[in-house]
Amino acid sequence: MTAPRLIRPYGDKKNDGAVQVSFTLPIARSAVAKEAAKRYAAKMGLREPYVTLAEAIAPEFTFFVVYGRATHDVDVAAITAEEAPAGSLSREEIDDEIARRFGRRLIVLGCALESDAHTVGLDAIFNMKGFAGDYGLERYHGIDARNLGAQVPVAELARIVRETKADAVLVSATVTQNDIHVRHMTDLVDMLEAERLRDEVVLIAGGARVDHALAKELGYDAGFGPGTTASRVAAFLLEEISRRKGLSGSER
Amino acid sequence: MASKLGLSTETIADCRRLARQVSEGVRRETEQYTTVSTERTVLRLLGVDGVDAEEVPIPNRVVEALHACGKLGRGAAVWMGSALAAGAPSVAEAAAALADPHRAAAQAEHPRWREAVAPHVEATLKRIRNNRSERERRMASHPPEEKPLLYAIVATGNIHEDVVQADAAARAGAQCIAVIRSTAQSLLDHVPYGATTSGFGGTYATQENFRLMRAALDAIEPELGRYVRLVNYCSGLCMPEIAAMGALERLDMMLNDALYGIIFRDINPLRTLIDQNFSRRINAVAGVVINTGEDNYLTTADAVEQAPAVLASQFINERLAKDAGLEDWQIGLGHAFEIDPALEDGLLYEIAQAEAAREIFPDAPLKYMPPTKHMTGNVFQGYQQNTLFALTSVATRQSIHLLGMLTEALHTPFLHDRWLAIDQMKTLRSNARHLADEIRFAPDGRIVGRARAVLAGAEAILARVADYPDGLFGALAEGRFADTRRRKDGGRGYDGVLRKDASYANPFLEAWLGEPHARAGAHA
Repeated sequence: MTAPRLIRPYGDKKNDGAVQVSFTLPIARSAVAKEAAKRYAAKMGLREPYVTLAEAIAPEFTFFVVYGRATHDVDVAAITAEEAPAGSLSREEIDDEIARRFGRRLIVLGCALESDAHTVGLDAIFNMKGFAGDYGLERYHGIDARNLGAQVPVAELARIVRETKADAVLVSATVTQNDIHVRHMTDLVDMLEAERLRDEVVLIAGGARVDHALAKELGYDAGFGPGTTASRVAAFLLEEISRRKGLSGSER
Repeated sequence: MASKLGLSTETIADCRRLARQVSEGVRRETEQYTTVSTERTVLRLLGVDGVDAEEVPIPNRVVEALHACGKLGRGAAVWMGSALAAGAPSVAEAAAALADPHRAAAQAEHPRWREAVAPHVEATLKRIRNNRSERERRMASHPPEEKPLLYAIVATGNIHEDVVQADAAARAGAQCIAVIRSTAQSLLDHVPYGATTSGFGGTYATQENFRLMRAALDAIEPELGRYVRLVNYCSGLCMPEIAAMGALERLDMMLNDALYGIIFRDINPLRTLIDQNFSRRINAVAGVVINTGEDNYLTTADAVEQAPAVLASQFINERLAKDAGLEDWQIGLGHAFEIDPALEDGLLYEIAQAEAAREIFPDAPLKYMPPTKHMTGNVFQGYQQNTLFALTSVATRQSIHLLGMLTEALHTPFLHDRWLAIDQMKTLRSNARHLADEIRFAPDGRIVGRARAVLAGAEAILARVADYPDGLFGALAEGRFADTRRRKDGGRGYDGVLRKDASYANPFLEAWLGEPHARAGAHA
């Protein structure tokens, strides 16, 4: 067992626990409201809470910025968290490897599901132009990238997976309410399993509030958060599809 | 106002000439058709409303029944008028009869259908006129408004919760409240009915929701000492129906852009351009300011590369709007602040593009949209980008300023996210009040150079589009806009496009075109 390594937030010196939080309370601005914010911050575990802003943003709502010193710490030695593994291959190298290992183009579908109409992240990964100077999947010779756009019904996606014999599906989950994105994401896994397609495709989730752990929990093979470039996704696809091919030993 | 950019008036005039050529092509291609949604709109304007036991709107039922027996190409009004003339005691009962496929098929054309329908047409025209003068009266009773207008979005999914948020935003300073629609609504081929409390990422546009929000904003007007504009979205498959509902419930602004639906929602180009024309006719008489959606090109493509396409689209949208009877003050052309903040001199490009739009469309209430593409979850950087956006908006005299949220791309705005945005823009608007009067640009500088290049690029795009035998449709089919190919006979809603009979009639269009018995084939 490794020795614990306890840390807490760092403001301007070690272990000072300095934290800044902002929130709104549904109460008119008043001395009572300010005291309520302070006590609320104390309940959140902040010592010496200090209200720097108490702004009446509506008749019955006050917005607070509060500073304080966190009393909690966290043992980082006890944490295991993985990032979606990805190599550092260039686009050309990935194209070459796909050609060498598979002798064909990999079919990669991308979409946002059901009511999700946001495609900014999806387009950043797919569009030729790419993102942050990193070309999108459409630019790869080795990838037949098919951006299906937003609001694709889960059942429709499953049908397309079957028809195209897709190697991978990228699901973009963006700004939604009531965690409905989670439901649609799991609906897709259920549907693919019911259709006996789940083992045939690499399933990847991406989006501003997606991380690898969440994606794994929902039954996806990987999750990529904000700032992910297409080359990172492509490198992951190359390795994951190769790994599966090695396991199954047969080309579909 | 003297031009600060020294843009060539000849080039601008040439762009307008090319845009006219494009709009002529659109007219030629579309005037022989009507659509199911256009005919449902005629029914709604005649007073048909409500849903049946299966929650299907009555206008849909009637149009389906008339379409099934081949009668729709004559125009829905003909059959409503015929049913009334033949003895149906009310619009509701005439509609109930025509909703039945057998009775629709059996309905004979009555020689006095026009007389029967006329009082209902006149009642609606009067209601729309009254709403318009009501708005004008209310606005005139307050001091002049500060510009740019602050435009805030509410999107809880529940109209009653929206009212709470809209009230807070309006009190904080928002001058326009837009209720974002549920995300899938643009693809619905019917308009939901009644007050709704469960939307995804927004609230359904229904006539009752319009009425509830209008009443809420009117209620705080005396206390605020200003009129709060209500905004909704007439785009997608029910474009003209929603325009009609907005006209009936005194909405003040409507997002209204066929190109957006074509490119980003794969809605059939013919369908939506026909629908757009009728919706714009309605908006024109209702005194509604439309907002076009050029900003959307920039959310998926590169904002520097696409700037000429945005301008070209603005020229086309301006012409299509004027063809539908809208006046300059009603044409809220859209654009956006979407250049990568990492780009050297990117802010100069933003200023060049915003100032160019201002100078090229001096009387249009330009709608300026906030950064979304390069919002990363770093809320501090997001707030910084929004400040630059606000500064550019003030410095280039934009008209309608869609408030940027520091939490864009993370979640639907929190109450204080919206307040922070309003406070930011109010500060800029006051702190830099006369900046636009003071600014001059270096005649051979980067900003002037960029504006000229964008204008030249727009002219080249317009020339290419105008050159296609079927104009805009050809250009769309070859992916000239936003790199997306859209065929004239593809996409959603194409099955709702039908050829007009030679004797097609639409009493509302006839009234608005000033042709009491417009000849067959009048542009719908």
